[in-house]
Amino acid sequence: MGLLSKKDSRLILDPLADNNPITIQVLGICSALAITAQLKASIVMAISVVFVLGIGNVVISLMRNIIPSKIRIIVQLVVVAALVIIVDQVLKAFAYELSKQLSVFIGLIITNCIIMGRFEAFALANKPWRSFLDGIGNAAGYGVILIIVGFFRELLGSGTLLGFKVLGDPITKTGLYAIGYENNGFMLLSPMALIVIGLIIWVQRSRNKELIEEN
Amino acid sequence: MGLKQNLHKLKEKYKGTKMAPAFNALHTFLYTPNETTHSGSHVRSADDLKRTMNTVIMALIPCLIFGIFNAGYQHYAAIDSTLRLDPLGNFFTWDNFILGAWTVLPLVIVSYVVGLGVEFIFAIIKKHEVEEGYLVTGMLVPLIVPIDIPLWMLTVAVIFGVVIGKEVFGGTGMNILNPALTIRAFLFFAYPTWMSGDKVWVHGAKAMTGQPDAISGETILGSLAQNHEPIYSIWDSFWGFIPGSVGETSTFLILIGALFLIFTKIGSWRIMLSAVLGALAMGLIFNGVVDAGWIKDGNSFYGLMSETFWHHLIIGGLAFGIVYMATDPVTASQTNKGKWIYGFLIGFISVLIRVFNPAYPEGVMLAILLMNVFAPTIDHYVVQGNIKKRMKRLKAKTA
Repeated sequence: MGLLSKKDSRLILDPLADNNPITIQVLGICSALAITAQLKASIVMAISVVFVLGIGNVVISLMRNIIPSKIRIIVQLVVVAALVIIVDQVLKAFAYELSKQLSVFIGLIITNCIIMGRFEAFALANKPWRSFLDGIGNAAGYGVILIIVGFFRELLGSGTLLGFKVLGDPITKTGLYAIGYENNGFMLLSPMALIVIGLIIWVQRSRNKELIEEN
Repeated sequence: MGLKQNLHKLKEKYKGTKMAPAFNALHTFLYTPNETTHSGSHVRSADDLKRTMNTVIMALIPCLIFGIFNAGYQHYAAIDSTLRLDPLGNFFTWDNFILGAWTVLPLVIVSYVVGLGVEFIFAIIKKHEVEEGYLVTGMLVPLIVPIDIPLWMLTVAVIFGVVIGKEVFGGTGMNILNPALTIRAFLFFAYPTWMSGDKVWVHGAKAMTGQPDAISGETILGSLAQNHEPIYSIWDSFWGFIPGSVGETSTFLILIGALFLIFTKIGSWRIMLSAVLGALAMGLIFNGVVDAGWIKDGNSFYGLMSETFWHHLIIGGLAFGIVYMATDPVTASQTNKGKWIYGFLIGFISVLIRVFNPAYPEGVMLAILLMNVFAPTIDHYVVQGNIKKRMKRLKAKTA
């Protein structure tokens, strides 16, 4: 990669696979279970977290030498809260229906462990550019899992993708529904999201045996 | 050369290859293995996993046969209600048997083929022997689903139940949840329109909806939950001439199965008895609440709450769950004291869910799954309590 040095590109690529915040570090599970019933909501959530974590990491990194370490958590919270409010207001202005659907979970990005985790673990000790890449990478790793889970849950649970009836119409019985197929209501419930994430973890660890934890 | 020799030869031929566990399983399933243990200490017992499983299946066979007749009977009785005037005379007929076999046997076949298929695949991938764990589950599954469940749904559910309920934990003997109930719970949450309501318990009811000759068959629990007077007497319910999941309707046959399991020491009488006590206790509490006048006629819980307490044991799938699934030795509590607590809470919670959650008219499935989760915790505290008691005794002695 010409744009990024090898070390920098690892910052983005690692969290996408072998150091994924959800499947490896098991952080940010709460929102991953709550809002992934629809693909659209998953995508919006992923973009919101990319924005918050990317910018937030840069801000924290810029201030890393002036934040007194005793009150750093409060400072981090202020930064994250400010960014989340921006996201929330933008969504309310331009995508009201969606923001209603995501309800409190946009606000709860503040408590998403991935964000505070990256602030603490990375931004406080690294320069802004590298912090930015780390933020984007981790948020994207979170987003990828959200989108995969959202894809399967919407496809199998509602028979749609982004609202398009890709499997046919369940009421007029066209497409797959004509031969007796039915949507899986369990997919729309949060427990199934946990199982889907579990399956992703299973597939990932059986493809790369080094990821299997000793116990 | 007999089949046994052929199988043995095949087994030897494939020894060490990927397919070895499959031939091994087939061989040991049908015959006693030729090999014997040569070294080390070993226990001789007639009671191996396979025989345990077969005993439970034997206890289930009456329920299956009754279920086949009942499937036909419910269908014809829904069309011509005069048949219900003489249930016994109109029950064991060829018509009922043929229709029942036509609808029930596919469920049995799908359950076994899919479930054992998954087991074989996992055995080959993990390179271990195929375990007999699915034999009982495969028989339980067709008995606890509604008669008209589409076979593809059953297939999906069985794959889910065996993989997520059992194989991810390490296979037979390692599972936390009862696999048969995991399968049923999956169906229940995934395809609720096929698992509850008054159109799923009688063959053909769903397909004929909206037609002039439409039929339906509400279960007793369904009627009570909506404060309707059930059309079946408690004796119909005891003998089993009522709509319901395929094999759970006859309390009488379940009772015989229970005695058989207790007599052969396969099923735990502690769990069965304490679950019955738990259900009776909760039923009595509800009856008391109604008698005290706190819940009046017209309240949405009145129908189920005012039902005479011991009827709870006879209606619905409670008896079947207590006898065949709460006693599953893998997922139940292991300690004797733990079994009392575990069983009691199953009965207690079943009736509680039944009454208070009209969306889940049969609480026993969720109650058993819930207690499956808590069984290890119960055991832990029973064992710790025992250790503490003995430590105290030891201290008293040495002091």
